[in-house]
Amino acid sequence: MTVSATLVILMAVLYAVGITVMLERSLTRVLIGFMLVGNATNLLILIVSGPSGSAPIVTGTASDESMADPVPQVLMLTAIVINFGITAFVLALIYRSWWLAQLGDQGDSVPDQHTEDTHAQTEAIFDSVDLDGEALQQALADSDEHPDDDEKEKRS
Amino acid sequence: MALFLLAFLVVSCATPFLTRWLSTRVFYVISVLPFSAFAYTLTQTPTVLAGETITESIPWIPQLGVALSFRVDTLAWLLALIVTGIGGLVLVYCARYFSRDEPGLGRFAGLLLAFAGTMYGLVTADDIIVMFMFWEITSVLSYLLIGHYVDRKESRGAALQALLVTTFGGLAMLVGVVMISVQAGTTSLASIVDQELSSPATTAAIMLILVGALSKSAIVPFHFWLPAAMAAPTPVSAYLHAAAMVKAGIYLVGRLAPGYAETPGWREVLVVLGVWAMLVGAWRSLRQYDLKLVLAYGTVSQLGFLMVIVGFGGYDAALAGAALLLAHACYKAALFLVVGIVDHRAGTRDWRKLSGIGRQNRVLAGITLIAVASMAGIPPLFGFVAKEAVFSAFLHAAEDGDVWGWVALIGTAVGSVLTVAYSIRFFWGAFWTRPNTEPTKLHSDGWAILIAPGILAAVTVIFGFGASVIDRFLVPYAETMPGTGDYHLALWHGFEPALGISAVVVLLGVILFIRRKWVARLQDAVSPMMDSSRGYWFIVQLIDRLSARTTIFAQRGGLPQYLGTILVVYVLTLGVASSMNRTWPDSIRPWDYPEQVLIAAAIGIAAVMAGQAKQRMSAVLLVGTTGFGMVALFALHGAPDLALTQALVEMITLVVFVLVLRRLPTRIAQRNKPVKRLVRASIGVAVGVIMAVVAVIALGARQEESIGTEWPRLAVEGAHGMNIVNVVLVDIRAWDTMGEISVLVVVATGIASLLFVTGRAGAIPRLQGSKQQRRGRNRRRVIVDPLAPGAEASSNRMSWLLAGRTLARGHRSVLLEVLVRLLFHPAILVSVYLLFAGHNAPGGGFAGGLLAGLALVARYLAGGRYELAEAIPVDAGKILGTGLILAVGTAIGAMFFGGVALQSAYLEADVPILGHLSFGTSTIFDFGVYLVVVGLTLDILRSLGAEIDRQQEQADLSEEAQDDFSESEAAR
Repeated sequence: MTVSATLVILMAVLYAVGITVMLERSLTRVLIGFMLVGNATNLLILIVSGPSGSAPIVTGTASDESMADPVPQVLMLTAIVINFGITAFVLALIYRSWWLAQLGDQGDSVPDQHTEDTHAQTEAIFDSVDLDGEALQQALADSDEHPDDDEKEKRS
Repeated sequence: MALFLLAFLVVSCATPFLTRWLSTRVFYVISVLPFSAFAYTLTQTPTVLAGETITESIPWIPQLGVALSFRVDTLAWLLALIVTGIGGLVLVYCARYFSRDEPGLGRFAGLLLAFAGTMYGLVTADDIIVMFMFWEITSVLSYLLIGHYVDRKESRGAALQALLVTTFGGLAMLVGVVMISVQAGTTSLASIVDQELSSPATTAAIMLILVGALSKSAIVPFHFWLPAAMAAPTPVSAYLHAAAMVKAGIYLVGRLAPGYAETPGWREVLVVLGVWAMLVGAWRSLRQYDLKLVLAYGTVSQLGFLMVIVGFGGYDAALAGAALLLAHACYKAALFLVVGIVDHRAGTRDWRKLSGIGRQNRVLAGITLIAVASMAGIPPLFGFVAKEAVFSAFLHAAEDGDVWGWVALIGTAVGSVLTVAYSIRFFWGAFWTRPNTEPTKLHSDGWAILIAPGILAAVTVIFGFGASVIDRFLVPYAETMPGTGDYHLALWHGFEPALGISAVVVLLGVILFIRRKWVARLQDAVSPMMDSSRGYWFIVQLIDRLSARTTIFAQRGGLPQYLGTILVVYVLTLGVASSMNRTWPDSIRPWDYPEQVLIAAAIGIAAVMAGQAKQRMSAVLLVGTTGFGMVALFALHGAPDLALTQALVEMITLVVFVLVLRRLPTRIAQRNKPVKRLVRASIGVAVGVIMAVVAVIALGARQEESIGTEWPRLAVEGAHGMNIVNVVLVDIRAWDTMGEISVLVVVATGIASLLFVTGRAGAIPRLQGSKQQRRGRNRRRVIVDPLAPGAEASSNRMSWLLAGRTLARGHRSVLLEVLVRLLFHPAILVSVYLLFAGHNAPGGGFAGGLLAGLALVARYLAGGRYELAEAIPVDAGKILGTGLILAVGTAIGAMFFGGVALQSAYLEADVPILGHLSFGTSTIFDFGVYLVVVGLTLDILRSLGAEIDRQQEQADLSEEAQDDFSESEAAR
């Protein structure tokens, strides 16, 4: 099998640009990167599919012998349509966070999740579990007999 | 047996509904099921008595050798009787224990019944994996039952604690179960026990299984969950935490003991921890005010006792263990039920507040006295018989020079002294008349609640006198142990050492009770021997905090950091892998054909520019350019279907982008520092290089012929189609397409639900009036008055499109309207042609659907959202649904005609214009694909087009209103 240097270089460029753009915080840029990576991946399948040839349509003539491999083509066709669906979905996401949630510029960017967290907030997450546990231990301890219980009761 | 389990499942699920009209009487109805299982087990008695077994097996996962197999031998028979019998009695008791307005009654009844069924499955299962499954189900059900009072903190805490401890043990056990079934080469418990494996790996497996058994049976160091679990309603305590679930660990030890009691460490672990649990439990029981906790700690103690004797090994010990198991189930369940009655009648379980209950409830006191005496080991009750047997077994072993016999004997004897003391404390606490305390006012709840504890107490007496009969039933289990023995259960063995030990134990126990002040002082002075509960909370809190810290540390950076991490790992692993590669392609040539270089250069430049673009629109257009470049590459490669689909997709994508981007600012907000840019770029370049290497290696590594070489023949002969790509999509690999269109339906639904806040259906506004009126209004020729103001003229001009006049004048384009009017119907026709011709020529459902979608896009762009609704007055959801139904229908339809799913059938005919058509079910499938793609496009247009229009107009209106308001404010 031989490989076309042009296609390999093109694929590398598409991946490099796509990934670089995808690593930004702006959702629009992420989407653009995603589309470039999508094209690059289709190209990857195209490269490994082997040599080009005639269309994979059976004609019953000699050209059937030089037919391009149909397997990767089916994969790519599926990928193209799914890519389209995902692109539209991410666009809807962008619009929703931008407009419906009224987030403005922030709506288009992917925020850091925990940079603002404080120790107290983290502790608060476990409050319910801790309180349940404390109540349980208290209930158990209440039942323990102590030798001076009687005197306490008399005093009170 | 499997039928009974099925019945338990069905009835449990139905119980909440039954409870609605039967209220608490539902317990009587559902108790029939455990009682029938009890009766059924009784019918197996003759077989079991003869030392034989009843087996039943239904294949389940043959690949793993796992089967729903059940096997009843003496041990399983004994436990099945205990769990079903006591289960039924507890259900009967529940009918009186709960009031009609108890919250969550239906759920509780269903869970308790399900628990009884699970226990029955656990003790009869022969497959160790199935047994483990039941084991874990009991943990979950116990969690739900302990947490019955959902509004009480201690109840929730106890439920979670019990779940965590028992599932921790369960996990360890799972490893052990898998290890031992692999070593034995079978999942049958009986066969595993018969093989008596011994190797270091077996020892490890057995130890892991013991961890599970110890945690389930609340043995030190896992004992603390059991007293805490007393937050559950009393019937749960009586059943789960006395008779059934905690016995599961004992049962498992008893099940394995015949084959594995000689495993190194087995006896050491069980004797030491069992004695320890017995002492700790009894000691702490001696200082409780809460009667239920007296019993709870007492249960920990008794479980330790059971663990020692059942795990000890040998004929005598096995016989004594089985007897003690039976005795304990009867008296402890009865005592818990008694506590429930006292609590119910007096309103408290704190014995300091109870006085004179014994005088007012003679029958209750009598029942309790029998049960308590049995627990303390007083003749002539069955508890005494069992305890005698235990002491004799240990004594026998000790006389033979077994050190562990001595340890067990002394440990359990001391434990028994404490047992006698807390047994008296319990009875005295509940029923004594205290001179300084007012006689407790009791609330009556009828005699029916006494049935269950009464029967259990009666059984304790009867078994005591009939000990030698019981002996005959239990001996077959003892005989499975290696070695022989001649001990027999009996009420009277004559004067012998064991009797002496019993007498001394009772005497010391009474003294200990009388000197309880002294005990209380000692209790307070010596801190509890082992408070694992504190350790448990420490560990839980530590894990909670640690996980929070880890999460915050590892996931602080948001999406870019995660992606970056994933990609760096990807580059490193693939880099290492490809550096070891030795297969390269035969040759690398500069290009396949000269045009390739030009196209590649165009795509590359567009991509790099897209990466740099600061404005959204230009970035999108540049990405679109790369997409169209791909079209050219596909076309030249020999992939017309791909080229067609990609071209259509690029066009629609572009429009969709424009639809959304018109609402966003033109410039993309940049929030990246320059340093990070370098990092991003280097990750990007590294990925690009690695992918290039991977592509080259992948091509070089290809050795097999493509599976595609067979496809031309298959396509023509099997699917009557010339276009291989389409045939593969709708026939050869139709399952994949089915998955794909499902994804598309999900995506369409997702988009719609992101945009439509209130509801999905009916969101597109239609024109007013009947069909005739709608058509007529635009057909009416109106004379245009050249002098009239522009707005009037425009609104009366004849429209090329149905809803053309709904658009504002500035948004209309006559040229566009005319073009769309002329092209829409031909486009739809061509899309249908593509759909049908796709089988033999480029085209198919995807391309056809995309073209139809594009036609709709044009209608929308020219005429706005009303036009879209007029063009296709059907809800997008219905189109998607119809498409999916057609596709699924062809899949299932084939099965009705005896084929496999998605197999095609054909009708052939010559049709003018379309040529030779072979209409097959695969065409119907393709039509389904077509409809799904149209539905997806329509949903996108409705959401990202029409809905955004509407929101924009609404926003404009409210802004205007606000402006008007502020102007009028200013005027004042």
